[in-house]
Amino acid sequence: MPEITYREALKRALREEMQRDPTVVIWGEDVVAYAGGGAYGVTAGLAKEFPGRVRDTPIAEEAIVGVGLGAAMGGLRPVCEIMTVNFTLVAWDQIVNHVAKQSHMFNGQIKVPMVIRTPNGHGRTAATHSQNFDAWFASIPSLKVVAPATPYDAKGLLKTAIRDDDPVIFLEHLQLYSTRGEVPDEEYLIPIGEADYKRRGKDLSIITWGRMTIESLKAARILAEEGIDVEIVDLRTLRPLDVPTILESVRKTNRAIVVEEGWRTGGLGAEIAATIQEQAFNYLDAPVARVAGLEVPMPYARNLERATIPFAEDVVEAARAMMRNEY
Amino acid sequence: MPTNITMPQMGFDMTEGTIAAWLKKEGDMVTRGEPIAEIETDKTTIQIEAFASGVLRKIIAQPGQRVPVGEVIAIIAEPGENLEESTPAPPAQAQGTSAPASQPPTAALNAPVIASGTVVEGADRIIATPVARRIAQEHGIDLRLVKGSGPEGRITKADVEAFLATMQKPTLAVSAPAPEPAPAPASVAPTPIVPPQPVPAPAPSGVPGAKQPLTRMRQTIAARMVASKQQVPHFYITVSVEMDAALALREQINAALKSEGVKVSINDMVIRAAALALRRFPNLNASFAGDGIQQHSSVNIGVAVSVPDGLVTVTVRDADTKSLKQISQEMVALAARAREGKMLPSDYGGQTFTISNLGMYGVDNFLAIVNQPDAAILAVATAQPMPVVREGQIVIRTMMNMTLSGDHRVTDGAEAAQFLNEVKRLLENPWGLVL
Repeated sequence: MPEITYREALKRALREEMQRDPTVVIWGEDVVAYAGGGAYGVTAGLAKEFPGRVRDTPIAEEAIVGVGLGAAMGGLRPVCEIMTVNFTLVAWDQIVNHVAKQSHMFNGQIKVPMVIRTPNGHGRTAATHSQNFDAWFASIPSLKVVAPATPYDAKGLLKTAIRDDDPVIFLEHLQLYSTRGEVPDEEYLIPIGEADYKRRGKDLSIITWGRMTIESLKAARILAEEGIDVEIVDLRTLRPLDVPTILESVRKTNRAIVVEEGWRTGGLGAEIAATIQEQAFNYLDAPVARVAGLEVPMPYARNLERATIPFAEDVVEAARAMMRNEY
Repeated sequence: MPTNITMPQMGFDMTEGTIAAWLKKEGDMVTRGEPIAEIETDKTTIQIEAFASGVLRKIIAQPGQRVPVGEVIAIIAEPGENLEESTPAPPAQAQGTSAPASQPPTAALNAPVIASGTVVEGADRIIATPVARRIAQEHGIDLRLVKGSGPEGRITKADVEAFLATMQKPTLAVSAPAPEPAPAPASVAPTPIVPPQPVPAPAPSGVPGAKQPLTRMRQTIAARMVASKQQVPHFYITVSVEMDAALALREQINAALKSEGVKVSINDMVIRAAALALRRFPNLNASFAGDGIQQHSSVNIGVAVSVPDGLVTVTVRDADTKSLKQISQEMVALAARAREGKMLPSDYGGQTFTISNLGMYGVDNFLAIVNQPDAAILAVATAQPMPVVREGQIVIRTMMNMTLSGDHRVTDGAEAAQFLNEVKRLLENPWGLVL
């Protein structure tokens, strides 16, 4: 199977869906002009392939989302790109109060088939441009939130998100765009709401998503050499959570570590840990542990940035401690 | 601080208990350790002791009321202490609403201590992971027998599984070639009662070996044995019993009962003999009770049974009214449940006298530690051929030494010697055991 980048997988998903459905359009800052297509090159070349359907917008995220919402209500399937997740903050009213609620407030007579693509994460981009808001989005009823870790999942989930009649927040990651993985040429879809076992193991369950899935896989290789056999549940979708798969894994291994890149307080890890103890209490052999980012505004200095974000070694340390019964 | 007395849990499957009677009235002074109420469970009736000294200020659960485990049933306060703000609501009726009544945070810590020879979960919380508890429950394992390897001695799944594995292997006591199918015995006969207290250990010299953490059972045995040796002035009397007649009778009995699968042991005969003798010596079927000697109306014989990592005392209740066959059948079942960690609340506690039998280990004699609150314990050694003098001649007889350890606060050497000779007489003239 050919290996392609996460970036290329996203572009293929967009291209295939635009070919398939003429109502699919792409709007965002610099999706046409900059670097040949989007700040991270995801839409490069699509404007030429689909004249008039890929448009640069003003630097006005509230407007990008608001126009996308109106277009979705009117019959298009817009894919709005917000350059980074940090800029969704100015569109938060549109997303939370309007995009998420239209269908419910009009008794389902209105559909909002739109996708908001935006990257989480860091990359020497300092405090205001290095954040993870996955837990915030995942807390909002009637939004769907996906956060794929691999090129394969990114492509399959983006195609499904575009075809979905509900609004989908599609969380990419700055550090994943250039990662590579196998993606088949033939078409496939990945359902929203299904987690994926990225590794089967018996000793403890690592529940994670996005970039931390990749770090956890690295950790698993180190731990395997020490005889610790971890299972990795990649959530892929953050709302709705695939609780049955989380529970299935924890019931098997009796131990769980939730690994997330964002801040610990109020993180999705807290929600998952609470769910596990509510629904699998009798299967736990240790408290559910969390690996998360440090609760500070992201420093700019490279060494400090690295100290702030969890990496594979943090997962390894947590797993070792759990297997030593230190939790 | 007022102390809440809560419904204790006696055995892992107990969810509620019934107040049988209050032994104290509201306003009575109580001292720590004093029995204050009788609790009935599905299986037994047991006295609970005050966990603190003070005034029994409030009785919350009335006689006949069924109360869930952990609910407050009474409050003990300092004389003159104001209860207004801390009085909890009456406990939820066990069969009533499923929502448990709110419970003051101190309740769990202040669970009462069971009066005699039993184990209380509430008084000394077992730390175990949820999955460890679930597996233990599925296999009927008593978590008090399991050593925890986690933080603060937390029992993990691996600990329970390791325990299960050892249970499935025959234990030393079971597999040792034994001349007697007597219960696996031990030199002391406690079941846990008192929350463990730290016991100072002498500083070791040289290179230390591995230090094994104490199991809950070991902690309890340690605490109880130290308490008994510190509080009970022990004295010891040994007699030698000629067992040939008893062994011959036992052979006849067992031949007769073979089709029923009953096999009476020497220990069963000792239990029966001791029970009958205690009827004649009620002062030895008694407990030291501070300002008096409490004689017991029932003769309940405790028998030490060795289990993985320690020992427990099982109780043959009303042993003086039971036949050898009944005693034998009961002991087989009690010892099996004890070794498998599946004891029922009625299997232990409430003994009035204890027997410890090391007969299967080829011991000549040994001295046991009194199993409080009993007045005495009988240590039974191996029956073995010995040269003895009969009518001026040296002859070979099967002799068995028995040593009684007595609580000198309750009884004296002369009385204990007479009692011991009555046991000896019954064993040497064994028809008295069956007639």
